[in-house]
Parts: sequence; structure tokens; C-alpha cells
Amino acid sequence: MSSADIPQGTGTPAPEKRLGLIRRAWHFVLDLIDVLLKPSSIFGLGVLVLAGFVAGVIFWGGFNTALELTNTEKFCTGCHEMKDNVFAELKTTVHFSNRSGVRASCPDCHVPHNWTDKIARKMQASKEVWGHLFGSIDTREKFVDRRLELALHEWARFKANDSLECRNCHSAQSMDITKQSPRAVEAHQRFLFTGEKTCIDCHKGIAHHLPDMRGVPGWQ
Amino acid sequence: MIKKLAMMLLAASLAAGSSALLAQSVSSSLRGPTPLNDEGPAPPMQPTKNTAEKEVRNYPEQPPVIPHSIDGYQVDIQGNKCLSCHARARTAESKAPMLSITHFMDRDGQFLASVSPRRYFCTQCHVPQSTATPPVSNDFVDIDTVLSHDKPGAKR
Repeated sequence: MSSADIPQGTGTPAPEKRLGLIRRAWHFVLDLIDVLLKPSSIFGLGVLVLAGFVAGVIFWGGFNTALELTNTEKFCTGCHEMKDNVFAELKTTVHFSNRSGVRASCPDCHVPHNWTDKIARKMQASKEVWGHLFGSIDTREKFVDRRLELALHEWARFKANDSLECRNCHSAQSMDITKQSPRAVEAHQRFLFTGEKTCIDCHKGIAHHLPDMRGVPGWQ
Repeated sequence: MIKKLAMMLLAASLAAGSSALLAQSVSSSLRGPTPLNDEGPAPPMQPTKNTAEKEVRNYPEQPPVIPHSIDGYQVDIQGNKCLSCHARARTAESKAPMLSITHFMDRDGQFLASVSPRRYFCTQCHVPQSTATPPVSNDFVDIDTVLSHDKPGAKR
């Protein structure tokens, strides 16, 4: 850090006053590091540990709460892009209303539940904030035009993680095929239990309308 | 006196009988017990038949019925879910019956390379089956049964 900052402060021939400001800031940083490295002479070790622990709890709790706030149906449908297109389509499907009243909302399928994967996905989602700010899908026409591209991203993600978000609820181990229709039994035994295919290979377009499917494997 | 009593009894029984008949004629119709000037509650929707078994056609020209559920199947300009099993190239994997070659014909009888646009929307002709029991029974017999009546010794 220091090796990167010193040439910037000394190398550029800037006016005297501005150079002084940067110097002063740099000295302040050095003083701060000095203070942070020195043992406390006022607070007891117990107080410091306890304060650090409490601050850590507050910071971690706050961070996670904020993160979970962005993981709700309400947050996702806060943008009209989501509310008027994909969320409107979800409402007609079995994942929204069904006989047992279990609902899979946006983050259940689109955000990994595992923490590190979740953070990785959240960082990727900063691209979506960009898209929202610059209106890449802010009309129905723009959305429909890009639907294939967006769908391909999600299909690739599901394919890569072996449909993990499907399996968070629909586990092959707890599937009772005697309760399924004969067609489903046949297909699941041949393709799912053997690992030949993953959920998304056959179950595309179950929660949202399909894009133009020409050229997608298994479709006409 | 006895005659008078008998007449009263007869009148009473007639009245009772006719009212019972009247009540019965109102409640025994397909409408159920709802009075004619009221709209009764709709019966619950029955689930569709969901098997893998082919159903026999009642006459040769009949479009085969769909023996399974097609809930949520998208058939529009974007794609055709039915064809992801029933298309020619998909039948080896899916073991579903291939849609017949007549579906490749255009209106002039020319065979196209793929499904003709006029045959693209499957549910125009092919329909899933409800599990509901029909309120009116059907005494349809197919042509084979009719023809077998002519055979010697067959029941007429």
C-alpha cells in the first residue's frame, strides 16, 4: 500500500499547496496506523475484546440483514422490469400458486442458498443494477428482444451447478416415484436417477415464458 | 261415513304423492337441487387424466386424444412443448408417438420438411381428457361393433 502511494504523492509535480494536502493526508494515515498498532493505554483488554465482539455482531447482523433484504420477492419486484415481465409470468405457474400452498419466489431459484455462492451471485448482480440504471430492458420490446440471452445465462448457470436451486426443494433422493405419473416415472428413472440429465435439461420455461426456442437442444 | 273417510284419505295421499313427485322432478334434474331461477354453485374442476397409455380412437379420422396432463405447456410462436417429445427427431429418446406425416402437409397436399404451420397448434385438434364422470352416458358404438352385427350368429 505504502509503496504504491508514495510515488503518487512525490512523483507528480503538482502545485505546492495541493502537494501539502496530500502529504498531510498521508501523515494522518501514518499517525492512524501508529495509533492502531500501539497497545491501548486507556481501555482494558476485556473492554476492547467485548466492544470488538459487540461491534462484530452488529456489523455482521447488519450486513446479513441488508443482504437478505435484497433476497426478497418484494425487492426483486421493486423494479418494473421484473414486476411487469418475469414476475407477471411467474404468477400463472405452479411455482406461484398450487395445491399445497408452497411458493418458490425469485431468490429461491435465482440466488444460490450456499453463502459463498450467494455472495458470488450478488456480485454478478451488480451488472443487473447497471442494466437497470441504463435501461437495457426498460420496455417490453427490449425485454422480449433480450429474453433468449437472459434465459441462456440462467440455463447455463443451472446446468453448471446441476440444477442446485431446483434440488434445494426437489431432491431426487426424497422423490417418491410411485406417486408420479407413469410418464414422469419413466423419464426420471431414465435421465434423472442415472445422472444423464439435470432438471433444467427438460424443465425449461416452467416459471417464465420461453424465448424463441429455435436452436435450443431438444426443441423445435 | 266410511265412504267420506276413504275419499279424504285418497285426496290426502294424492296430494302427498303429487307434491313428492313435484319435488322430485325439480331436484332430480342435471341442475341438482338448485331452483330454476337460481344459479347453483359450479362443481369443482376435475383433474385431467395423466397416464402414458394410448387411448383407442373411436373412428379412424379422430385426432388421437392426449392421455396425459398438459398443464403449463407452452405452444406459441416461441416454441412448442409438445414437439419436444413428439417431433420426429425427439421420439427415439422420448418414446412418444411421432406426429403423423399428415402434419407436414400444406393445404395443397405438398409435404414440407417440417411441421406445417397450419398443424402447429396441437390443441386445436388434440385434447387432454378429464377424469370427470359424464352426467349423460354415451351409447356410442364404433364401426367394428356395427359391422360385427352383420356376421352370421352375431347378436343383432
